[in-house]
Amino acid sequence: MNITLKIWRQKNAKSKGRFETYKLNNVATDMSFLEMLDYLNETLITQGQEPVAFEHDCREGICGSCGIYINGRPHGNERRTTTCELRMTQFEDGCTITVEPWRAAAFPVIKDLVVDRSAFDKIIAAGGYISTNAGAAQDANAIPVSKHNADLAFDTASCIGCGACVAACKNASAMLFVAAKIAHLAQFPQGRIEAAERAKKMIAKMDELGFGGCTNTRACEAECPKGISISTIAKLNREFISAKIKD
Amino acid sequence: MNTLDAKIPEGPLADKWANHKAKLRLVNPANRKKIDIIVVGTGLAGSSAASTLGELGYNVKVFCYQDSPRRAHSVAAQGGINAAKNYKNDNDSVYRLFYDMIKGGDFRAREANVYRAAEVSNLVIDHYTALGVPFARDYGGLIDNRSFGGVQVSRTFYAKGQTGQQCQIGAYSALSRQINNGTVTMYSRREMIDLVVVDGKARGIIARNLITGEIERHSAHAVVLATGGYGTIYYLSTLALNSNGSAAWKAYKKGACFANPSFVQIHPTSIPVLNDHQCKLTLMSESLRNDGRVWVPKQKGDTRKPTDIPEDERDYYLERRYPAFGNLVPRDVASRAAKERCDAGFGVGPTGLSVYLDFRDAINKKGRKTIEENYGNLFEMYEKIIGESPYETPMRIYPAGHYTMGGLWVDYNLMTTLPGLFAIGEANFSDHGANRLGASSLMQTSGDGYFILPYTISDYLADEIKTPKIQTNTPEFDEAEKAAQERINKLLSIKGTETATSFHKRLGKIMWDYCGMVRNEEGLKKALGLIDKLRDEFWKNLRVPGTGEELNQELEKAGRVADFMELAKLLVYDALNRKESCGAHFREESQTDNGETKRDDANFAYVAAWEFKGEGTEPQLHKESLTFDFVKLQQRSYK
Amino acid sequence: MIEIFNSSIGKKLIMSISGLFLMAFLLVHLGVNLMLLVGDGEAFNRAAHFMGTNPAIKIMEPLLAFGFIFHIIYGTYITLKNRQTRPVGYAKWSSNGVTSWSSRNMYILGGTVFIFLIIHIANFFWKMKFGEMPTITYNGEVMDDAYSLVAGLFTQYWWYDLLYVAGAILLGLHLSHGFWSAFQTVGWNGTQWIKRLEIAAYIYAILIAVGFSIIPLYFLIFK
Repeated sequence: MNITLKIWRQKNAKSKGRFETYKLNNVATDMSFLEMLDYLNETLITQGQEPVAFEHDCREGICGSCGIYINGRPHGNERRTTTCELRMTQFEDGCTITVEPWRAAAFPVIKDLVVDRSAFDKIIAAGGYISTNAGAAQDANAIPVSKHNADLAFDTASCIGCGACVAACKNASAMLFVAAKIAHLAQFPQGRIEAAERAKKMIAKMDELGFGGCTNTRACEAECPKGISISTIAKLNREFISAKIKD
Repeated sequence: MNTLDAKIPEGPLADKWANHKAKLRLVNPANRKKIDIIVVGTGLAGSSAASTLGELGYNVKVFCYQDSPRRAHSVAAQGGINAAKNYKNDNDSVYRLFYDMIKGGDFRAREANVYRAAEVSNLVIDHYTALGVPFARDYGGLIDNRSFGGVQVSRTFYAKGQTGQQCQIGAYSALSRQINNGTVTMYSRREMIDLVVVDGKARGIIARNLITGEIERHSAHAVVLATGGYGTIYYLSTLALNSNGSAAWKAYKKGACFANPSFVQIHPTSIPVLNDHQCKLTLMSESLRNDGRVWVPKQKGDTRKPTDIPEDERDYYLERRYPAFGNLVPRDVASRAAKERCDAGFGVGPTGLSVYLDFRDAINKKGRKTIEENYGNLFEMYEKIIGESPYETPMRIYPAGHYTMGGLWVDYNLMTTLPGLFAIGEANFSDHGANRLGASSLMQTSGDGYFILPYTISDYLADEIKTPKIQTNTPEFDEAEKAAQERINKLLSIKGTETATSFHKRLGKIMWDYCGMVRNEEGLKKALGLIDKLRDEFWKNLRVPGTGEELNQELEKAGRVADFMELAKLLVYDALNRKESCGAHFREESQTDNGETKRDDANFAYVAAWEFKGEGTEPQLHKESLTFDFVKLQQRSYK
Repeated sequence: MIEIFNSSIGKKLIMSISGLFLMAFLLVHLGVNLMLLVGDGEAFNRAAHFMGTNPAIKIMEPLLAFGFIFHIIYGTYITLKNRQTRPVGYAKWSSNGVTSWSSRNMYILGGTVFIFLIIHIANFFWKMKFGEMPTITYNGEVMDDAYSLVAGLFTQYWWYDLLYVAGAILLGLHLSHGFWSAFQTVGWNGTQWIKRLEIAAYIYAILIAVGFSIIPLYFLIFK
């Protein structure tokens, strides 16, 4: 198939970016979207042009590195899919694909489609953990956890930190990301001990880093490649409000 | 360097680690904060080591090339993590786990190391559970286990098909806590491009800031490499695209011996190669073989749909050849068996290079819901790529390059032959012999980082408490930085016509064809010539666009491929040297009548550790002979 | 405790609580207004008289005003703050099929409802409170004839009827998101509740929109 790509090019964080249009011929339908970009880059390099910088690593939807705003949606127009899992069968011959980086004040562009998501790490460092030192734990079966809670913990812990929730949200809010971590750790008895502190610290950090507030549009859950529900945000609100009331 | 001293402690197998620990020297808490430790890599090994060393009060600096430490490739481990908890009451024990690993590794690993890995496995599970890793549980609220290839007990802890991801997030959260506490300083988007050795000791690294291109100097009293394996040498592999062998390779060139480089695991259940623009092969967890049955049609070139092929026309070749273990034979055995069937013309799919992994019987017996619960996300992943639902039609799978048992040689203290340089996790060679059993990589890598290295490194550091902060304005750092900068300039100045990816692809093909699942002397010798030729071409005709002073992904790639060009030869040397077959290393010249691996214990019961002797000179082989005092060497059989 | 309002969630909480309060008021308001459809106006006038003289309602009046003011000021503040979170926008936007138009445009909806509210206050509340009102006597009890004020407006000016219908619909759209969003913000939601709340939100929004629309239409068509 032949396609037209409208790609955001930006030399570095300081420079002003712009869209460039590329015509790409002989794209195989069984390519993944990123393999198509690989192909574009190989073509650009042999033509003496600068390849498009984009982030990727595992290419199987688990590391969370890739994240591109494709045709108006984070990770493209398919539910529960990361950019690397997106296939070219999704696109029609002759189509134009608009390719943009995540847009958020908290995720500044580094180059082309690469953005700085270190704000997520800072939020986790603020409290997204259970404070246990290596060697201090008792037997793993000493604290039973109901299957229901363990499954809930898994569902929320499946967050890969890709940032699609922020990219999708009209307020660039990181609430789903924070909520997923809060909901994950709150399912375990040992995680409850710091629950109130955790919620307060993580939210304070989130606010500080320039993410917006949640207005419950549900765009985040619609775009989350792991299908994390916004009911986790309600849980976060509960945890946070009750923590603050107790202060 | 003349002899390798593995420093294996004396005494009965079960007491070795306890005895050794008792003798390891400590560093006083007040002195720890004066000691700098560099950890390179943030997978389970790096994260666990860094967080634990931080908890102990050392001053830790951690490096990763990813934008976040959470993204290290440990996330991609799917099926599980082993431990000898015996929660299933199936007579499991530390000894049995040890024995399975020693046997699974085809008796090419150290007894003492393997036993220790099994011993600390239970602590690892306890720690991850405490950190909030959501291991699968049964209805009573206790942790569930499943079985994995090469064993007859259920000792694998799992979190659906995302065990690696979940453990990694646990380890990352503990690391983040230390970053917040200020004991650990995180340097993300940095690639280690050289090791700095001062007076014969590892004292720092040269790193490239991947955003600005700045070359940075970082010093420490000790350096820990947790940089994973080099399976991407095959270009197509199950690894992340940016995984590479460069850090280990730099260490090798600075004096650390590289052990058993040719021991590479080819994983039997990967999604097959679909086309030639493919850049990676997606793994389908080995746990699928718990419920999936592997088969090919009995008739050559049978083009019927798999669901139309009646039961008696299917060849369940693993069950046929290995009745005792059936579909759960170890990975190397399963991979070769698949290759054998496909080479004989029974392969399926458009290329004929795949076999079926069928869940029909399991779905009928256990119900779709149970299967979905256990493997739902894997099935989803498969369907996204292939476009067929494994609930309806069997999966198609084929072996793919996966894990490297080989790595930097380390002694019992996990220190390489270069004092002050430690290697943990997949980056070292120590615990898996010639073949790794499923779910034991997460176990070993975490054990190294949480419960072994933090103890052993203090024994080395006890002598360093009087060493002041290592200065970076010394000739050694100058020289290392200059060499690193020169190499970058050289890569940028070739200005040829071929991309790094293209060279990588070509190298991968040579390695897969001649140093892959099956090897022979003729092919290996041929490969040496082909690699030399390709390497020459690489340095003459490479094209790297852009400059060194910016985010330049092509430059990163080129540097890694350049190292692979050298590492590839070492793999081949090692494969040539080892004339026996063992585990994943299958030399056609050494096989039994029915095509199984034939070991040669009289001549090859040793670890082959290679020492760098300079560019253009053949590496020197050192042999660490393996003694088996507690298990009887026997022909590995899964029949 | 009080510093909760410094956080993004705390600010949303103000929106949520004031919103819940206003939604409760709307139900009462609708209940009273529906009396307009009953009989010759006595029911409505008596209800309006009760609302105008009851001390409990008197206390509620300034609270209600505060509710509106907080809701509007914080809505504006949050919207302005959230706008700063994406300095460079996307060139292309596609629907994900899940988010509703209302949820993405609450401020626009709120703004138009606010304009309607000012007209509405000028039309009725202001006149009833501070203007010259005709009176009517039921069984010797004298009270304002609010009915004739409403009936007069809705029968004389057809475009007022349409304006009030439009206002009701915009309000309904605002509430279709606002209702469940308020519960979500206070934390009353879960995987089970999300569906129930959404359905409740639609029922409530339709009730308000239809309920308030019926009145001007009744006067337009039947009077």
